[in-house]
This record gives sequence, structure tokens and C-alpha cells, in this order.
Amino acid sequence: MLLVEAEDDKEYKVIGFKGGKGILHKLLQLGFVPGDQVKVLRRAPLGGPVLVEVNGRMIAIGRGVAEKIHVEE
Amino acid sequence: MRCVLVGQPNSGKSTLFNQVAGYKAHTGNFSGTSVTYTESKVRVTGEVMDLVDLPGTYTLAGSNPAERETLKYLGSHHVDVIVNVIDASHLAQSLELTLEILDLGYPTVVALNMMDEAARYGMRIDGLKLQELIGAPVLPLIASKGRGIRNLFVTAQRFGEKQIIPPRPMYEPTIERAIQDIVQGLDGRRHTLNPQALAIKLIEADADNLDDNLKKMEIDSPDLLERIGRLQSEIRDLRGQDPIWVLSAERHVMAANLVRQVVELGNRQISWRDRLDNFLLHPFWGYLLLVTILLLFFEVIYGVGSALERPLLTVFNSLESTLIGLIGSETFIAGIVSGILQGVAGGVAIVLPYLVPFLLGLGFLEDIGYLPRVAFMMDALMHRIGLHGKAVVPFILGYGCNVPAVMSTRMLEDRRDRFLAATLATLVPCAARLAVVFGLVAFYLGPRIALGIYLFNLLTIAITGRLISAMLPEETPGLILEMPVYRMPTFRTMIQKAWFRAKEFVVEAWPILIVGSVVLAVLNYLDFADYLNILVRPFTWLLGLPGQTGVPLIFGILRKELSLIMLRQALGVADFSAALTHAQMISFTVFVVFYIPCLATLAVLRRELGYRAMLVISGLTVIIATIAALVARGFAWFFL
Repeated sequence: MLLVEAEDDKEYKVIGFKGGKGILHKLLQLGFVPGDQVKVLRRAPLGGPVLVEVNGRMIAIGRGVAEKIHVEE
Repeated sequence: MRCVLVGQPNSGKSTLFNQVAGYKAHTGNFSGTSVTYTESKVRVTGEVMDLVDLPGTYTLAGSNPAERETLKYLGSHHVDVIVNVIDASHLAQSLELTLEILDLGYPTVVALNMMDEAARYGMRIDGLKLQELIGAPVLPLIASKGRGIRNLFVTAQRFGEKQIIPPRPMYEPTIERAIQDIVQGLDGRRHTLNPQALAIKLIEADADNLDDNLKKMEIDSPDLLERIGRLQSEIRDLRGQDPIWVLSAERHVMAANLVRQVVELGNRQISWRDRLDNFLLHPFWGYLLLVTILLLFFEVIYGVGSALERPLLTVFNSLESTLIGLIGSETFIAGIVSGILQGVAGGVAIVLPYLVPFLLGLGFLEDIGYLPRVAFMMDALMHRIGLHGKAVVPFILGYGCNVPAVMSTRMLEDRRDRFLAATLATLVPCAARLAVVFGLVAFYLGPRIALGIYLFNLLTIAITGRLISAMLPEETPGLILEMPVYRMPTFRTMIQKAWFRAKEFVVEAWPILIVGSVVLAVLNYLDFADYLNILVRPFTWLLGLPGQTGVPLIFGILRKELSLIMLRQALGVADFSAALTHAQMISFTVFVVFYIPCLATLAVLRRELGYRAMLVISGLTVIIATIAALVARGFAWFFL
């Protein structure tokens, strides 16, 4: 399942990323590593970004990027 | 003794630097506010030491400008001791960088900052235990309040003098074997890093340009290149990932293990900080509050600025007429004197009264942590013009003054985004152009038409954004932005920060403004007005404007409001409606709103993006201004 499809306020496990080196790197920099727990806190309207919590850190992730992150329950 | 501060964005590293060195580094509750390093001589412990603030970086992999700058610095300067500032409330991620720093083999001291915030999360951190586990001193610090600073630097100095190097973290056997293998392959060839640290960096290196990088470091040999390639593919085969991710995953696990051993989790205190987002990021109230906050922001800036501008201009005007009276108005000297005075007045009376309150307000919004929220809310909209949420900041700034707007494009990751954002930001009508819109259109045609010009401006920016991004189709990398917790800024840092930024204008743009004023005054004295009018005639003819509007348009490049002030002189009337039709007023104003950025903005464009980009942007704005003014002319002909 993709991160954009995840339900709000529910814990998911990050299983991997699809996409270019740049995005991958940026996510890993922010401590977004496969195996981590991720929770969608809120979403901006009109196809805007999602706000997620990973390891106690809040990160805004653009819609396009969130479509490249695979998670599972 | 050279002491280098390394830490992740938002760890309080620049705050620490500023506490010790006076305000020199750029801080903000926004990741990546500094991308270059700042160096200063400081005396904390009695001895003078060189303190260097490197840009905040999450890792040392070298994949973005901040990381490259950090690596470049460490690779090219002698460093006695590293002070690694870490955010205690985000201990696990912070320690990943710490482990990477320990790999480098420098004397290292860890400063555990933001313990107060960690306590709010219910974290109790055993610093002594952490010190024992990583083998480097760990000292508590509250940088914002200046606590723990002396102790930190006393320890750093001692470790730097004695060159006490903490042990590096141990990786899995395959990696360790690869490290030894490369150390052998280096065969005594030296670099600023020690052989083991260098070996780790080489394992992580990007295979694509490895050869060039080795040559640059002057350690290349066919054997070494072959060895690294072989080891990298062995690791890739065994672990199914590029070595860089393998090492980063290992550090991730090590850091998580460290945290498990040193942190005791209690209850999290829910405070106003946690509730604030329920309003500020609400899908309805959030936007309403955003508009309210921005309107209030501009209302205050405009109020303060215009209250200061009028009396200051009066002072300068009377000073000018007194001086000119003494010299005699027809002399060459008088032209130069009035040029200098106008340049000085432009800074003191017209730019600074708006810029200073603007920078104070912006600093507040930034430090409290609101700007990343704006980026979050505006991301979807910004994508339609080929940018992402972070680029909203230059736009907001642009309404005050294009100078800080262009400066703020620095926080965007790629050059294409910086160029596009800077181009669009220069099209945003700043406070000076607001004066023209209000003084001409609102005054003679009513506020509704003025509002119409603003909406037309937004539309033009949107279209330009789409066109430019169609020509530069490279996808914007997408928003990935850390949302910091809300923090209350201290009064002192706000003042210092505003001063720090205002100084950039005073030092870099203002002198150009003064020189430009003198040049134009001289041209004016030499009676160049007619020639200047001919120069601009193609545009004024196309827009159906009288030929005399050429000089005001040229002076407008110097300072946008001059195009209005000079217009009166050029047309020789006190009431514009006597010389210009309504349609002419509209096309003149629209042209002024879009064409060539003012001299101060040009100077900043050149510094941020280079000479060529400055020329390209200027050219583009002329084309956009001409088309937009023609459209406005057609519109006025049709409806008015």
C-alpha cells in the first residue's frame, strides 16, 4: 500500500521507496528508513502534502513523494 | 586551535555559535537556513580559538549543497576538534550523524542541546551512559539560554589540545573487512582524513564519478579503483543495496540501540504547541488564519514604513534644496550632490523603513516555526506553477521588498527551482511598486482597478511560472520538509537577526544604489533626457504612451517609486489626468509593475544566481511587462 492511501492516525511500517536517488536520499536523511513506524497526522486539502510522524519527528511530504513510499499495516 | 560545529538542521548549532561569536550566523526554525560556513575568532576559555559554524546537515554523504560544503571544509582545512551539537528531543536521528562524525577520526565532543524540549516529550536521557557507550564526552547544553557553553568549550579545548580521538563505531564483519582492504589499497597515500575514515567514505562513494573524485584527492591508482569497485559490488550482492544505504542502515540500528540504552520514556506533556496545529493547519481555519496573518503582517509593515518614510523624505528633500541652493542648481557638482543624496535617501527613507519592520516580522514568523506550515498549506498551489511549497516564502517576502525575496530562494534545493522562484519573485509588486499602483491607478481610477492590477499580476505570475516550467521541464523534487515544533523566539535573537539581514542590504545593495543615482544625475545634467526617451521609445510607442514617459521608466530601474516621482517632472503637470488618459495610466502602471527589477534587486540576483541569470531575468521581465501592458491596454480600450 502507498503512504497516500494510509488511514490517518494509524501506525504503519515503511517497507520501501520507489523513485529517484534524490528523494530517497532526502527521506533517509530525515530518518525515514524502511522498517520505521509512520503515522499520517493530517493532510493539506486539494492534493496537498501529508504530514507524517516518524521517530517522533514531524515531516511534511508532498503528494508526489508520498505516492512513492510503500507501507504496510 | 580550530573548533568546528557540526550538527543537523534545527539542532541549535547556529544559536550556539551566535551566543559565543556575537550575531554572525543565520538561524531560523526552518531546516537548511545556512548553506555556507561562518568563521569567527572567539575567546570563551581565556584562549582565542577559531570557531567555525558549518551548515546544518543530516548526514555527511555529500548529496546536497550543505553536506558538500561540510565535507569540503573537513577535507580542506585543518581541524583540531569537532563539537557535534545534537537535538536531545530527536536523539535517534541526531546520533546517526554523531556516528558518522566518529567515523572521521577527529577529537569530538558531543553537546546535548534542547534537553528542556526532550523533557517535555517525557524523555529522560542518561548523558553519562551515552558518554560511556560512544567513548566521547557528552555535555548538556541549553544554547538558547547560554547555559553549559563555557563547560563545553573548556572540554573541547582540552580534547583538541591533547588530540584525544574517540573510537569509531564498528560495522558488520563484511564492511569491516572491506575497510581493511581499502586501507591496504591506499598503501600509505595520504589525505586530510585518516586512512580508515577515508576507506569508509570511499566505500560509500558514488560509483559513477569515483575515478574523478580519486584524482581530485590525488590518491588515484588503477588498483585502488578496481579494489573499491569490487568491494562495492560484493556488498551490493550480499546486502541487495548500494553500500551507502547499507552503512546508513547500520548506523540507524546502532543509533536506535544507543537510544534504547540511554533514554527512559515517561509521559509526554501536551501543551499549546501540540494544539496550535489543530487551528493553524486546519483545512478551513488554517487558510483563513494564513490570510489574516499575512494581511496583518503587511498592514503593520506598511503602517510603520509609511509613518517613517514621509518625515524622512521631507528631511532629505529640504537638505537637498538647501545644499543645491548653496552650490547653485545649474552646476555639475549640484547634479552629483543631488544624485548622492537621492541614493542615500532611497536607502534611509524608502527601503529601510519597510525593510526593517519586515525583517523583524519575518524573523518572528520564521523562528516561531510558522513558515514551514505555510509551505505545507501552499504546496498544492505552488506545484501548479512548477515549484513546491517552500518556494512560497520568496513570494510572501516579495510583497514587502524583492531584495529579501530573492535572498530567500537560497533555501530551495535545486538551481532550477531557485532560478524559477527568483524570476517569479521579482514579478511580485513590492512596497515601492505599490506606491505607483496606488498613486496613479487607485487615485485616478479607484481602488477596484488597483485591486484588479494585483489580481492580473497574480495571473501573470502563474502563467509565467507554467511557461518557464514547461521550458525547464525538470521535475521539482517535491516537498520533503521537517515541521519543527513551535518555539518562542527571544527578543534579542530577533533584533540581531533583523540587523544581520538588513546589513546585507546596507553593505551590498545600497552602494550600488548610490552610484546608480549619481550616474543618472550626471546623465540628467548632460541633458540626456531626449536620448533616453528615444531609447525607450519602442516600448512607449507600443504601449501608446507619450514619449516623455521614457525617462521616468529608466529612473524606475533605480528605484521603482521614482517612475512615479519623475513622471510629474517629465510630463510637466501636477495632475496626471491632464496629460494621460485612463488607458495610458493603466498600461504605464502595469509596465512598471513587471519590467526590469530595481537596481538593489538586480544586485542581489547577481549575487545569488550569477551575472547571466540576472541578465536573463531582466530580459524576461521586459518581455513579460510589454505583453502584460499590451493586454492591459487592450482591456482598458475595450472596457473603459
